Amino acid sequence: MSSKISIFSVKNFCFSLILVVFALFPAKSFAYEPVEEAVMQAEAVVADTAKADTHEESGKFNAGEMIIEHIGDSHQWHLWGDHGHGVHIPLPVILWTDKGLEIFSSSNVEHSEDIYQGTHYKYMLRHEHIEIVDDFGNVDKDATAKVKDFSITKNALTIIVSALLMLWMFLSVARAYKRREGMAPKGLQSFMEPLILFIRDDVAKTSIGEKKYMRYMPYLLTVFFFIFINNLMGLIPIFPFGSNLTGNISVCLVLAAITLIITLISGNGHYWRHIFAMPGVPIPVLIILTPIELLGIVLRPFVLMIRLFANITAGHIIALAFFSLIFIFGEKSTGAGYGVSIVSVLFTVFMGFLELLVAFLQAYVFTLLSAIYIGAAVEEGHHEHDHHVEKGHEPTHVIV
Amino acid sequence: MELVTPALGLVFWMLVTFAIIFLLLKKFAWKPILKMIKAREDSIDGAIKAAEKAREEMKELQAGNERILAEARAERETMMKEARDMKDAIISEAKTKAKTEADRLVAQARETINNEKLAAITELKNQVATLSIDIAEKILKETLSSDEKQKTLVNNLMKEVTLN
Repeated sequence: MSSKISIFSVKNFCFSLILVVFALFPAKSFAYEPVEEAVMQAEAVVADTAKADTHEESGKFNAGEMIIEHIGDSHQWHLWGDHGHGVHIPLPVILWTDKGLEIFSSSNVEHSEDIYQGTHYKYMLRHEHIEIVDDFGNVDKDATAKVKDFSITKNALTIIVSALLMLWMFLSVARAYKRREGMAPKGLQSFMEPLILFIRDDVAKTSIGEKKYMRYMPYLLTVFFFIFINNLMGLIPIFPFGSNLTGNISVCLVLAAITLIITLISGNGHYWRHIFAMPGVPIPVLIILTPIELLGIVLRPFVLMIRLFANITAGHIIALAFFSLIFIFGEKSTGAGYGVSIVSVLFTVFMGFLELLVAFLQAYVFTLLSAIYIGAAVEEGHHEHDHHVEKGHEPTHVIV
Repeated sequence: MELVTPALGLVFWMLVTFAIIFLLLKKFAWKPILKMIKAREDSIDGAIKAAEKAREEMKELQAGNERILAEARAERETMMKEARDMKDAIISEAKTKAKTEADRLVAQARETINNEKLAAITELKNQVATLSIDIAEKILKETLSSDEKQKTLVNNLMKEVTLN
């Protein structure tokens, strides 16, 4: 379990860095222990500034708002410049309202005062939420609550871009295998082959077992490369990369949910017997144990989701926080801004290298844990009498 | 809480896109790639095993060669030994034969010599007898050539004969 230790230490390191950085903020002090708390606090800052209206009016640089904006999702792809005056790529807004489908470009509601007259309602974009309004900009809360937002947002577009990138990469690798059958790998193929072999030999075979691993290889490979490629894409700060996709809770939720579903579908009698009625355990203990085991089924993918989300989001927050420092000091004096920029850039470069490691590590951990959970679900029962011994070395129980 | 609240739209697009790339990659990338890797590994394994087998065979062959060589050497040894024995036997036989032959020849020679000697002696005897008779004849002729001489002889003879 050496890999677990290193992950936690990286995480702790990230958190301590956030702590240092955020302690320097003039506006608000943060509580830092779990990342959710930090996130909630950051959102509180957003809410505060929202009440005091947007930063365009206040004119002062707000680091918390800027960071949350960058790691969150958006209806347009911000390239450069201030909001309202900057350059954006408008993205399609797709809404399913109670009256029917509504599709329009987000450039129609780009500015905070823009009201777009759609087929069914009037719309405004407020804090990245599409809201149904009347002629004067008053929100119709009932109608808004019924709106289902299927917009191609920045993250949705990133998913599609990364999917196309993956398709191109692996279809060309597959072609290379067909063309160079039996020969040594070359080019992109030789870069991917060690990773594929790594997933096959060190993740799938060891966690699921020699007999059944092949069935789960396509999922494990897809999920590994999806996370890995998106983690790396998140580190490149230019269009069409740089969105915090793997640090988005929706994406992590879907990935973890798929792992959960595969685990549940693959679970054999042996697995379920161990959940509902652990053999060799007296019934009074089972009353306590079974709910815990049932909770464990959901808890494992939940932790999987939170781990990926927190690690990647933390990385983005750190990079942004270092850059915010430049502007915070720059507002006080231009010289201080330039001075701090050197330190900020150096730290960001350092963190960039660390994030490269984290990008691989988190993809690996997600895949490994998925494989371990699947492995536990498909594990064949041993002899009835050595259940206690067997329980001891079952990997799932060590991890969660 | 917005950051930790899943968005329906994004969940939907993520599910759809992930499902599509999963299915496409599974069919067109992962399966062929894994198959090819497996095939290549198998072929490498096979090649290594074949090489191992060839080496083993080589070793066996070498061992066989050595055995054959040793056998040949042993055979040569026995053959040489046999030859030597035979040679010895022939020589000793020849020696014995020669010796017997020699002995026989010597014996024969000796017998011949004896016979010859006897014949010679006999002839000599005969000749001596003949010669003696001839001499005696001649002497008698001489002695008895006249009456007087005959009378002397008789006298002499008579003198010798002592009348007891």
